[in-house]
Amino acid sequence: MITFTINDQKVTAKKGWTVLETAREYGIEIPTLCHHPAVKPSGACRLCMVELKEKNWSKLVASCIYPVAEGINVYTETPRVHNVRRWILEMLLASCPASPEISALAQAHGVVSTRFKIHDPSQTCMICGLCQRICEEVVGLSAIAVVDRGVHKKVGSPFMRPTDVCVACGCCLTVCPTGAMKDIFDTVRGEPKMPLTQLAM
Amino acid sequence: MHDHALAEQSDALRLRSLDDLNRLRKQILDKRDPDQPEIVVCHGTGCLANGSADVSAAIRSALDTSGIEAKVVPGIKTTGCQGFCSHGPLVVIRPRGIFYQKVKPKDAKEIIEKTIVQGDVVKRLLYKNPTDGEKILHEQDIPFYKRQTRVVLHNIGKIDPTDISDTIASGGYQALAKALTTMTPEQVVQEIETSGLRGRGGAGFPTGRKWRSALTAIEKKGRPVYVVVNGDEGDPGAFMDRTIMEGDPHAVLEGLILGAYALGANQGYLYVRAEYPLAIKHLTIAMEQARACGLLGDNILNSGFSFDARINRGAGAFVCGESTALFTSIEGNPGNPRPKYVRSVEEGLWGRPTVLNNVETWANIPLIVNKGGDWYAKIGVPHSTGTKVFSLVGKVNNVGLVEVPMGVPLSTIVEDIGGGVPGGAPFKAVQTGGPSGGCIPYELKDTPVDFDSLTKAGSMMGSGAMIVMDNRDCVVDVGRYFLRFLEEESCGKCMPCRLGLSRMREILDNFSEGKGSEKDIEDLLSLSKAIQDSALCALGSSAPNPVLTTLKYFKDEYLAHVTRQKCPAGVCKNLITYSIDPELCTGCTSCAKQCPVGCIEGEKKKTHAIDTGLCIRCGICMDTCKFNAVNVI
Ligand SMILES: Cc1cc2nc3c(=O)[nH]c(=O)nc-3n(C[C@H](O)[C@H](O)[C@H](O)COP(=O)(O)O)c2cc1C
Ligand code: SF4
Ligand code: SF4
Ligand code: SF4
Ligand code: SF4
Ligand code: SF4
Ligand code: FES
Ligand code: FES
Repeated sequence: MITFTINDQKVTAKKGWTVLETAREYGIEIPTLCHHPAVKPSGACRLCMVELKEKNWSKLVASCIYPVAEGINVYTETPRVHNVRRWILEMLLASCPASPEISALAQAHGVVSTRFKIHDPSQTCMICGLCQRICEEVVGLSAIAVVDRGVHKKVGSPFMRPTDVCVACGCCLTVCPTGAMKDIFDTVRGEPKMPLTQLAM
Repeated sequence: MHDHALAEQSDALRLRSLDDLNRLRKQILDKRDPDQPEIVVCHGTGCLANGSADVSAAIRSALDTSGIEAKVVPGIKTTGCQGFCSHGPLVVIRPRGIFYQKVKPKDAKEIIEKTIVQGDVVKRLLYKNPTDGEKILHEQDIPFYKRQTRVVLHNIGKIDPTDISDTIASGGYQALAKALTTMTPEQVVQEIETSGLRGRGGAGFPTGRKWRSALTAIEKKGRPVYVVVNGDEGDPGAFMDRTIMEGDPHAVLEGLILGAYALGANQGYLYVRAEYPLAIKHLTIAMEQARACGLLGDNILNSGFSFDARINRGAGAFVCGESTALFTSIEGNPGNPRPKYVRSVEEGLWGRPTVLNNVETWANIPLIVNKGGDWYAKIGVPHSTGTKVFSLVGKVNNVGLVEVPMGVPLSTIVEDIGGGVPGGAPFKAVQTGGPSGGCIPYELKDTPVDFDSLTKAGSMMGSGAMIVMDNRDCVVDVGRYFLRFLEEESCGKCMPCRLGLSRMREILDNFSEGKGSEKDIEDLLSLSKAIQDSALCALGSSAPNPVLTTLKYFKDEYLAHVTRQKCPAGVCKNLITYSIDPELCTGCTSCAKQCPVGCIEGEKKKTHAIDTGLCIRCGICMDTCKFNAVNVI
């Protein structure tokens, strides 16, 4: 067992746990978007940042991937942590303006408007890659891909053409934190090789 | 030319001991006549681009037809980049050290006839000192070279990088032979620790400490362990690693083999960006020749130690230079940074302990092993030992590659070696450390250039790119440029970097149009802080640096954009007006002829004027006017 503190509260965790897992075990709230217990953490959204403090230094780490260690002191509600959350949510409000999930989360953290220009009012996807990870790691299919890099990054079926690899299991729809998969899904799924009714038999 | 054949007689050439190496070295040196003239033609990427291959061909054919007596026939040697690319193609006549610059193929005949046969100088090809107009005869008297200390670059410009016998003649592989025959791996690590060498790839992490922690990781996890060269060099304006790989590939290789010996690695990788074909070619040749000589591969110098390496071509993305992205790329996956909080010395390539060092870091290793860590630690300053190679670009007279001891004042590099800003005005700032470095203003020109002082000034050493700016460079514009670069180069995985950098750039875009407020400046600071705190890899977390340092040192210039709608440097198009000073205008009409929209009016020999309503602010009139009559504010 590993002992450390979160917000000055003593906690114990099993070796190999992350800070986020420990916090959830103790009911300590840390907001997340790209995390899902069914897949390996990817550290993409950075909403789960927490501050690690030692005597005269401190740094921010992503709690969903940070492994617990004896004696660390974790803080989940510091000015630096709030600054990160505020800006990520404010930017997401502008990037995924059509996502009610994002608006609700932002509002819960006191971010009700965005200073940034909205380029696409209908956008909902934050390109967190969770749908791809679930399809690959849990369903074992890789019907969805995240392609390109930087500002050109996109999510969809390979080559953005409908694919009959998808078996319409709906996993991606369930885990998508922004509701974007609802809109994207039709472009992912092509004519199935086998009718779904037959598949069920 | 001398001993090319050597490399071909593979087995006969295999060296089996330090004695063998020394015997070969003596044999090569004995065959050489120190008085025989040698014509050295730079075949670095810069000079090749300026036509130096044609120059060396022309020199060869001029020699063939010159009918010089066999006794005085000069050798011709082609070398890597000599650093003074802006004056290439360079031709140096040794042993006299006569330095010809901007040589054209048609000059070849004259060089042979005058300099080689008659011993005279072709004056028109000499370098002219821009400060006093004096022509300078010798390489070592040119201010650009005079103030440098060439340690890592000591071979470049002297050896033919495609011929291992040249390397061996100049002392190459002596350090390896010494280590294999007289030192334990532990002693090699200790020398590196003693030297105080810090990584040249960006962060300045102490190399000895990195190797030591790899040894600790090996104790826990066992071998294999890998050694890797980071030759990705993606900073705009940086070309020091390219120069070393092209000009002295054996130095990198010898360093890598020494590291492998110290750590007990049997396999290494050289990750070289695909845009560096000449570096890849020279490294490939070097590895083949080293293998043939028994310096790489099985049972090196019959010591029982075996090590081989292979080259991986970089995927061409800036982020692939980041250590974890580089590993994923070598493993055959898209080069994205890994989100793990594990050090790569413990879990690097294929999850194994791995030591990744920069090209220049590796090239320092043979020097340290040869001359000792104590010797090395005396160069430079206490916490930044040794020398550093910088690429000096931008608004500076002598664009090129510069090597100086750590800790020299910034002004020595920019003004004494670089010759300052063309036209003689003081520089405005120097951007050090590449796209995620910072701007150091003229007031801090005495800042010692070492890891810690640069960090203290808000910038960083980075890979060693230095971009000189003058008062015609706008800090808002510079910030936009670097952000745009990083926006394109970001892998896009994490939100603070993918979203944050473009949002920062949008704020600056507004500034450049005179839109914005002091509140926006505050937002920029706090958003920068959030990105620094939360980005997944160092590309994102260091990206705000140029903006943060310019905000620190040039806040007034930002304020001028947002409160007065003015761009003091005259760069941001929406905020400037061109006008003609009637006192200075002679009515020569040149500007009116050049203006692309025809908005300059005036009669011949009478004052001209610009119709500011039509002017598209292209600046052509200003560049055209010989009387400095065009102003921009
Ligand atoms: C975005 C990014 C790009 C980098 N590019 C390079 C590079 O091109 N060459 C390099 O040697 N190091 C580069 N680095 C630094 C490497 O991650 C690593 O620290 C370095 O290669 C270690 O070698 P050193 O200790 O010898 O400096 C980069 C880092 C980041 C974050
Ligand atoms: S569709 Fe949903 S899960 Fe997939 S990348 Fe977009 S936001 Fe993430
Ligand atoms: S519905 Fe299709 S795309 Fe989504 S997880 Fe299942 S197989 Fe993959
Ligand atoms: S900081 Fe930028 S480059 Fe690094 S992982 Fe995040 S998005 Fe990719
Ligand atoms: S080029 Fe200069 S001097 Fe000539 S007309 Fe234009 S402003 Fe006047
Ligand atoms: S800035 Fe360009 S468009 Fe304007 S007056 Fe000069 S040449 Fe013409
Ligand atoms: S939840 Fe940790 S980075 Fe997204
Ligand atoms: S390429 Fe010749 S001096 Fe740089």
